[in-house]
Amino acid sequence: MNWFQTLRVALRALLRNKMRSFLTTLGIVIGVSAVIAMVAIGDGAKARVEAQFSAMGSNLLMVLPGTTTAGGAHGGFGSMPTLTWDDLKAIQTEIPTVRYAAPQLRATVQVLSEDQNWTTTVIGTTPDYFDIRSWPIAAGSLFSSVDVDGATKAAVLGQTVVDKLFGPNADPVGQVIRVKNVPFTVVGVLTKKGQSQWGMDFDDCVIIPVSTFRQKVQGGLGNYLGGIIMVSATGPSTVSRTESLVRGLLRDRHRLQPGTDDDFSIRNLAEIAAASQEGTRTLTTLLAAIAAVSLLVGGIGIMNIMLVSVTERTREIGLRMAVGAKPGDIRLQFLVEALALAVAGGLIGVGLGLGAARWMASSFGWQVLYRPDVIFIAVGFSGLVGVGFGFYPAHRASRLDPITALRFE
Amino acid sequence: MEQPPLIRLEEVSKTYRMGDVEVHALRGVTLTVALGEFTAVMGASGSGKSTLMNILGCLDRPTAGRYLLEGQEVSHLGTEALAGIRNRTIGFVFQSFNLLPRTSALENVELPLLYAGVAAAERHARASASLAQVGLADRADHFPNQMSGGQQQRVAIARALVTRPRVILADEPTGNLDSRTSVEVMALFQELGRSGITVVLVTHEPDIAQYASRVVTMRDGRVRSDVRREPRRAEPPPPGEPAAAEEALP
Ligand SMILES: Nc1ncnc2c1ncn2[C@@H]1O[C@H](COP(=O)(O)OP(=O)(O)OP(=O)(O)O)[C@@H](O)[C@H]1O
Ligand SMILES: [Mg+2]
Repeated sequence: MNWFQTLRVALRALLRNKMRSFLTTLGIVIGVSAVIAMVAIGDGAKARVEAQFSAMGSNLLMVLPGTTTAGGAHGGFGSMPTLTWDDLKAIQTEIPTVRYAAPQLRATVQVLSEDQNWTTTVIGTTPDYFDIRSWPIAAGSLFSSVDVDGATKAAVLGQTVVDKLFGPNADPVGQVIRVKNVPFTVVGVLTKKGQSQWGMDFDDCVIIPVSTFRQKVQGGLGNYLGGIIMVSATGPSTVSRTESLVRGLLRDRHRLQPGTDDDFSIRNLAEIAAASQEGTRTLTTLLAAIAAVSLLVGGIGIMNIMLVSVTERTREIGLRMAVGAKPGDIRLQFLVEALALAVAGGLIGVGLGLGAARWMASSFGWQVLYRPDVIFIAVGFSGLVGVGFGFYPAHRASRLDPITALRFE
Repeated sequence: MEQPPLIRLEEVSKTYRMGDVEVHALRGVTLTVALGEFTAVMGASGSGKSTLMNILGCLDRPTAGRYLLEGQEVSHLGTEALAGIRNRTIGFVFQSFNLLPRTSALENVELPLLYAGVAAAERHARASASLAQVGLADRADHFPNQMSGGQQQRVAIARALVTRPRVILADEPTGNLDSRTSVEVMALFQELGRSGITVVLVTHEPDIAQYASRVVTMRDGRVRSDVRREPRRAEPPPPGEPAAAEEALP
C-alpha cells in the first residue's frame, strides 16, 4: 500500500469516530493554541518594550543626584542635589566615549495659549538633548546653543501639548505660549514618540533652553544642577565603559573615599531593557513547559485512543492480514492514524491560537507578532508526539496473530 | 516436466501447548489436492478442520511435517513471505463473512488488491468484474449492513476471487446462511471449480458436502476417510425468482 492510500484509510477510520477523534486531539489543540497565542502576544510585548526603550534614547545613561540605595530603598533623586554644572562640563569634555551629555531640568507648570491652558512638564536642556533622545523635529526648528547662551524664550513642543493648546493638526510654529506668565515663541514641534513602558506620555512636554529655564521657571540651586544629566555613549559597545568612566570621574570630583557609597546614581537603560527582557525569557520558558506538558498529555491521549482502536479493530486487522497485509502495512496504517490525529490537532491549535491572539490584540489593544517558525515548530512537534505515542499501539497491532485476531470477539 | 500438485501435506501435525497441557489438533495429516479439485472437509467438532484450513491458508505454521504449495515448501517461511502468499495464491471465505463495516462492497472487494499494490483504476475494474462474477454488480455501493447474509457472503467470495488466486479456502461458508442461500453459494463455488480454481471447504452438513467432488473426513486430527465421487449439481433456484448466483452462470 502506498502512502496516499494509507492516509486515506487512516482519515476514514478517524472520521468514522469524529467526536472521539476530536476529543482525542483536544490536548494537543489546547497546548498548541496556548503556545501560539502566548508567543504572539509575548513577542508583541517584547517588540513594544524594545521600541519604548529605544524611544528613551540610544546608548543612554542617566546620571541622577543622590544615592540610589539607602538600605535597599530608593533615595529619591532631586532631594539632595549633588551634581554640579562643572560635573556636566567634565563629563562632556573628559570622557572620550561620551558623544553627548545634556542636563535635564524638569518642572510641572501650567502653560497657556491664546485660549487654552494645559499643565505639562517643562524641560530645560541644551540642543544635544534632542540627539541623545534621537528625537527629530516635525515642524519648525530646534533651538540652538545661541538660544542657550542668550537665554532666549524659545520653546519646542511635544505633540500632546500642541494638541491640547492649539488643537490637532494645528501648526503652532511662530505662535506664543505663556509659561509662568512668561511669553515663549514656539520654534518647533517634535515628532510623536508615544508612551513609556510605565505609561508616561513622552509627548506631553515643552522643551526650552536650560538657561531660560533657570531664569524664568525654576532657579536658585547655584552651582548645583537641579535635575539629571543625560549621557549618550558613542555606541552600544561603549555604554558600560562610559558608565564606569562617569562613575570614576564623579567620585573623583566629589572626593569620595574608596568604600563609601556614591552620592549619585547612574542608570543604564540597556541594562534595564535587558532586565525586562529577562522577564520575557522567564515567560517563554514557562510557556515551553506548559506546551511540553500539554503535548505530553495530548500524546498520552492519542496513545490511549489508539490502543482502544487497535482492540476494537482486532478483527479488521486479522482480516487485513489474511488478505495479504504485512505487519509493516498494519504498523504504518496505525502510525499514520496517530500522526494524522496529532497533526490535525496541531493545525487546529495553530488556527485557534492565531485567532485568540488576534482577538486579544483587537480587544485589549495589545500588539501581537506572528512567527512562522513557531507555527512550524508547533505543528512539527505535534507530529512527533503523534509518531512517538502512536508507535506502541501501531507496533502492537502489527504483532497480532492473524488467527487470534480473526477469532476476536 | 510433471506439474507438482497444488497442495501437498506430508505428515503435518499441529500441537497447541496450553500451560502443561498439550492439545494435538492435527496428528500427522498427509493430503494431496490437485488443481481445480473441489474438496469438502467434514468431521466432528474439534476434529481439527479449522486447524487444517489455517495451515493450508498459511495463517499458521505446522508443528511438524511438510507443506508444499505449488511445489514450494512454505512451512518455514517468515511472516512477510506468508503474507505475500496469502495475498497472491490464496483466497479466504469465512463463516462470519468478515467484511469491513461501513465500507462499500466494492471497496471491500478491492482490499486484497490494495496490499498487492495494484493501481486505483485497475483495482476498480477488477473489483467490479469480481462483483459482477458473483452477481452483485448493482450492489457495489452498498454497505454490508444494507445486504442480506447471502449477499454479504457473495461479496466475501468476490473479495477472495479478486486476486485470481489458485485456491479458495472456505471454513463453514454456509454456516450462517439458510439452506436456499447455501445452495446459491455452493453453485458459485462449483462455478469457480469449473473455471480451474481449487476450492477447499469445511462443512458440518452432508447436504452441502454432496456438491463437492471429494469429501475428506477428519477425526481426532487425522484423516479418517477420503472419498471421490460425482458431485451433485447445485440446483438453480425456483423459476420466477432468479437468484443472482444463477445470473452469474454463463
Ligand atoms: N489456539 C488454540 N489453542 C489451543 N487449542 C486450540 C487452539 N485452536 C484449536 N485448538 C484445539 O484444537 C482442536 C481442533 O480445533 P479446530 O478448531 O481445528 O476444530 P474444528 O474441527 O474446526 O471444530 P469446529 O467444527 O467446532 O469448528 C480442538 O481441540 C481445539 O480445542
Ligand atoms: Mg472450525
